[in-house]
Amino acid sequence: MNIATLLDIVSSVEPDRIAIGDAEFGITLGELREQAAKAVTLMGDQPGRPLLFGGTATAAFPIALFGAAVAGRPFAPISYRLAPGPFTALVREQLPTTLVADFRSTQDLGALDGLRVTDPDTFLSEVRAARRAESEPDQDPEQPAVLLHTSGTTGRPKVAVLRHRHLTSYVLSGTEMLGAGRDEAALVSVPPYHIAGVAGLLTALYGGRRIVQLPDFEAKTWVQTAVRQRITHAMVVPTMLARIVDVLDRIGTELPDLRHLSYGGGRMPRPVIERALDLLPHVDFVNAYGLTETTSSIAILGPEDHRSARATSDPGIRRRLESVGKPLPSVEIIVRDPSGREVQAGVGGELWVRGPQVSGEYAAASRLDGQGWFRTQDAGRIDADGYVYVEGRLDDVIVRGGENLSPGEIENVLIEHPDIADAAVFGVPDMEWGELVVAAVVPRDGCSIEEAAVQTWVASRLRSTRVPAEVRVLEKLPRNDLGKVLRRVLRDGGDAVAAG
Amino acid sequence: MELKPGLKLKSAGTTAEFIVIRASAGDVDLTCAGAPLNADGSGTAPAAEATGELLVGKRYGDDEGTVELLCVCGGPGPLLLNGRTLTAKAAKALPSSD
Repeated sequence: MNIATLLDIVSSVEPDRIAIGDAEFGITLGELREQAAKAVTLMGDQPGRPLLFGGTATAAFPIALFGAAVAGRPFAPISYRLAPGPFTALVREQLPTTLVADFRSTQDLGALDGLRVTDPDTFLSEVRAARRAESEPDQDPEQPAVLLHTSGTTGRPKVAVLRHRHLTSYVLSGTEMLGAGRDEAALVSVPPYHIAGVAGLLTALYGGRRIVQLPDFEAKTWVQTAVRQRITHAMVVPTMLARIVDVLDRIGTELPDLRHLSYGGGRMPRPVIERALDLLPHVDFVNAYGLTETTSSIAILGPEDHRSARATSDPGIRRRLESVGKPLPSVEIIVRDPSGREVQAGVGGELWVRGPQVSGEYAAASRLDGQGWFRTQDAGRIDADGYVYVEGRLDDVIVRGGENLSPGEIENVLIEHPDIADAAVFGVPDMEWGELVVAAVVPRDGCSIEEAAVQTWVASRLRSTRVPAEVRVLEKLPRNDLGKVLRRVLRDGGDAVAAG
Repeated sequence: MELKPGLKLKSAGTTAEFIVIRASAGDVDLTCAGAPLNADGSGTAPAAEATGELLVGKRYGDDEGTVELLCVCGGPGPLLLNGRTLTAKAAKALPSSD
């Protein structure tokens, strides 16, 4: 089945339901399908070749996505935040192709053979003027639908291949067609080149939930948009939630229309989610864990688990706020040791995942094993109750004197310190211990931080093996554009700015 | 007729349409409201009694989970695979996560 058929179904049932934009002036499902059919006509010149989309989240995004799907071309959203060098390299890899992107991204490209460039506004006006293509989408589930670059926090970005079957399985297994109320609206602030941007678009459209796009995240604008557009649902990455919580704290807004807030795309510090739960008691929180290669979420911690963990004094249940909940019903997750053997509940290892939405495939080759399992390269464990705990990228786990330490556990304690605004923990090589724990901390404005005080703070809360051997005070942490801490950069000692 | 994922099926004489989501190998006999279900909607509708309503957006499958059809256009039932009724799969109401 083709992803465009998802839009065909909902647009034939309720063509007048608003799909994208303002509740009154937005684009309806029927109009979106019409625009996509017109876009198909524009895309006939490079059959089978990827359509590169380097624009922000605007109406051009779904129109290009579905147009490409019907035209039989893979849709490849790419980051408009890349520096000119890497951006050009990425475009070059996909030639011949068409690139839809803003002028500021394309001005340094120069002349490349086989490249057609258009900016999103021109693309939209060309679409409006085009004749409607009557072609039916190819239903071959094996065709590549979306090519996504992985975030590459541990190495060079790879191109993950999501076929139509991965995306349609994901949508159909968890979304009821037009199941959303007419008043529901989702605020999307992740960019089109993030898996949650693609998956969130498809599930919201199929579920009939109006999408409000916020192209450049800024916490205050997010809050204002949520109020003005009567947003009921939203998805954010952890750094966004931390900033939103700060704004809510400052201006005292309660977001009365908001019912549901999901977060993912990185580890959520426990103090941040606890503050968010306290500030927004009427909101259902969902923690979602997934990877680009798994077509978004594979495990979720639901609203009830959030509430009971916040309300209880039982430390075992409270700790669930640090877990990503349980696997989706259509997905299996196990933990294996380095030799590939499955381990018992509670024992740490590498998380492996299997299911119809799991692509596990890069432009070069499939990485699924003979039984369909994909290794996430995430360290983790599953407790006796089935809750999955993700401890971070395998490369980030600190092995000190044979003991595996999770940076997140130590970071949680650090950012609870009143003088610390931000913290990241990583390992550095050591002759005696194998690796030593190092903490990079960012002081709150006007505060100063002493190494010994930080060490005492951690020692009074965690076992002594977790106490940082060294504390580096920085002005800010190196992060990628979606807020993931680049521990690789910290380990290498580059990029980070030392506080004066 | 052999089913394969992505195959679009129409029924003779009714509005119902489906897309194959999951299929097992081998020949199958599919009918909708007594009429054959196939790629071009050919064949004549026997005067069988139509019962129930097949709903757009619902997934219909067998108990073994080997065959699954997504209804893309609603119509009268029943939907039969080799004489056995395919039933609507209960939607797993998952909280939205992205």
